[in-house]
Amino acid sequence: MCGFGGYLGSVAEGEQLLHSMTQALLHRGPDEQGVFAAPGVGLAHARLSIVGLSDGRQPMQDESGTLTIAFNGEIFNYVELREELRARGRRLRTSSDTEVILHLYDEIGADCVTRLNGDFAFAIHDARQNRLFLARDRMGVRPLFYTLKAGIFYFASEVKALLQAPGVVAEIDPVALDQIFTLWAPIAPRTPFRDICELQPASLMIVDESGISTRSYWQMDFPDAGEASRHRSAAPAAEELRALLTDATRIRMRADVPVGSYLSGGLDSSIVSALAAGMTPQALRTFSVSFDSAEHDESAFQAEMARALGTRHSTVHCAQGDIAAIFPDVIRFTERPILRTAPAPLFKLSGLVREDGLKVVLTGEGADEVFAGYDIFKEARVRRFCARQPQSRIRPHLFRKLYPYLPGLRQQSAEYLAAFFGVGGDTLGDPLFSHGPRLRGTAAAKLFFSADLRASLAGYDAAEEMASLLPENFARWHPLHQAQYLESRFLLPGYILSSQGDRMAMAHGVEGRFPFLDHRLVEFAAGLPPEMKLRGLTEKHILREATKDILPPLISQRPKQPYRAPDSRSFTGAGALDYVREAMREETVAAGGLFNPKAVAKLHAKCGTGEANGFRDNTAFVGILSTQLWLDTFTTAGAGITKAA
Amino acid sequence: MTDTIKSKVKHFIVENFLFGDASQAPADNASLIENDIIDSTGVLELVAFIEEHFAIAMSDADIVPANLDSLDRIAAFVAARSSTGQVEAAE
Repeated sequence: MCGFGGYLGSVAEGEQLLHSMTQALLHRGPDEQGVFAAPGVGLAHARLSIVGLSDGRQPMQDESGTLTIAFNGEIFNYVELREELRARGRRLRTSSDTEVILHLYDEIGADCVTRLNGDFAFAIHDARQNRLFLARDRMGVRPLFYTLKAGIFYFASEVKALLQAPGVVAEIDPVALDQIFTLWAPIAPRTPFRDICELQPASLMIVDESGISTRSYWQMDFPDAGEASRHRSAAPAAEELRALLTDATRIRMRADVPVGSYLSGGLDSSIVSALAAGMTPQALRTFSVSFDSAEHDESAFQAEMARALGTRHSTVHCAQGDIAAIFPDVIRFTERPILRTAPAPLFKLSGLVREDGLKVVLTGEGADEVFAGYDIFKEARVRRFCARQPQSRIRPHLFRKLYPYLPGLRQQSAEYLAAFFGVGGDTLGDPLFSHGPRLRGTAAAKLFFSADLRASLAGYDAAEEMASLLPENFARWHPLHQAQYLESRFLLPGYILSSQGDRMAMAHGVEGRFPFLDHRLVEFAAGLPPEMKLRGLTEKHILREATKDILPPLISQRPKQPYRAPDSRSFTGAGALDYVREAMREETVAAGGLFNPKAVAKLHAKCGTGEANGFRDNTAFVGILSTQLWLDTFTTAGAGITKAA
Repeated sequence: MTDTIKSKVKHFIVENFLFGDASQAPADNASLIENDIIDSTGVLELVAFIEEHFAIAMSDADIVPANLDSLDRIAAFVAARSSTGQVEAAE
């Protein structure tokens, strides 16, 4: 796990640029740095040494010296691939996984990616064909950005490295901002930075004299609704699931350094920790975050699980005020505005891991997408159930059961519940049906957009764009599978794996590994009948069945508790930090040009009263504050918020 | 009377839910939910406003879209309560 960057084209003082890029990525790769520069091409690498500690230095060349790679991530099946390569007579000079990619590329070219089981982004300079080959893993765990400036192609693991290149400047892309304020994340290849793109997950790119070509090499796919599944009964399916998950965890334990595990107290990280604990001779190291507020804190469950597994457990506390204190740093690493503060505690958590001397952790990320764990899947099912009898005043009460932690909903009448969730209004045939309330609720925060921003977005509809990108066979899938696809294709890479995942972990040089996102498991789960995943309103049913023998009942039967952190109230009230006031001040907001200054001032005042704020107000507050910080951090339009404060 | 009620409620909606942006004010008959003006917390804020400013005690049964989901409906609801003597004191 590392960071890399580079260019294709003629760059004056290219080697100096490569060194600047490694410096910008030092947090991702503090262990060693290297550059490769030749006429018309350069690669830079900052390394976090995990596999092949002594001989995995990058950029790495093959024996002929014509292929040069810079690679970020891990190839978890590299042991098996090495054996296969050796059996075919290949001579391997190192013990690293990096070299495996080079050999596979040498053998089969771009198709090498289909052989890799891992989380990866890499660039290979192929001097024989005078081209650059770039690729990214299937689910979008590892990032890869690029831009074209004055005929030179630049690429890097993070945008801050691209901004080192001559003439590459940061400007907001209004369409990306609209996407964030609708979908929580930009739709790749678009990023918040105008003219800077992201290679989409499961994609590869070739850059040569003829230009840039991109293609997808894998996609999440589901069977047609009603198609007979090979999984007819739960017991054998659970057994197969367990075997796959065990193997996915086993190969993610491969490292030449110790591997720990996050432990949130929920089902998914508990499963991963339990499997990992059974594979380590010493006590597994586990890590958690705790909160002041009871509605966010899961310490009791974390302690129960740590005790049951006998792990060496460490906790970092996220106290009132901590989120505001680290939020500017969080945005420096997310490199995009965000609508929730949830990444901030994860920033603290990766800091704890690093302080404790570890640099690799397993997490339970991905289980909710793959096995239908999120509330939104249940919500869509209840909305369909209500839509069959829109006049029913009994059915909408189920919405209360879904969101016991939202006081605003608990007190509503059946009529209001039905209205909030679009019962009777939303069209069942709409491909985005499952996400309708979330999209509408989020987009309501665009109320704060300035007149100029609105004018520049006239006629644009982010949800419409998302709908236009769905695969041809999407309409034939079961509604649950449609909802799973929307979560996995858009929010997972654009927010969960990025802003909450890679960016928060790598801010402290920590690599997250996600057994639930092993593509074999993703493909297996996609083929399961919907009712094995969401049984009635019990989420992840088959996963619970497959793992109940390794978890305490308190954990295995625990309903899903969404991971949340305090939002606007983290930033307001007594002890509010000066930078927040500065960022939300009318003059500062006016200077940024993106939001209505008077409306933002009123929102700030409202949130400061300490009264309960709803979804829209919290979304708007965090979205606006993070956008203001983004402007301040990356662009010349920034008013020096943190410095002025 | 309904015009006065409507004007007060509209002012509250513009200030509290639209943060002063009157250009986004809803038409009198427009749904506050379908136009994303209020969410579940917003309904409770609206109820608190009506109770405090029109001195109406609202029961759970009153808190339904039929009474509250547009300016017209709110004004009619408050006026009806006023005419039946359930409005204790106007602001």
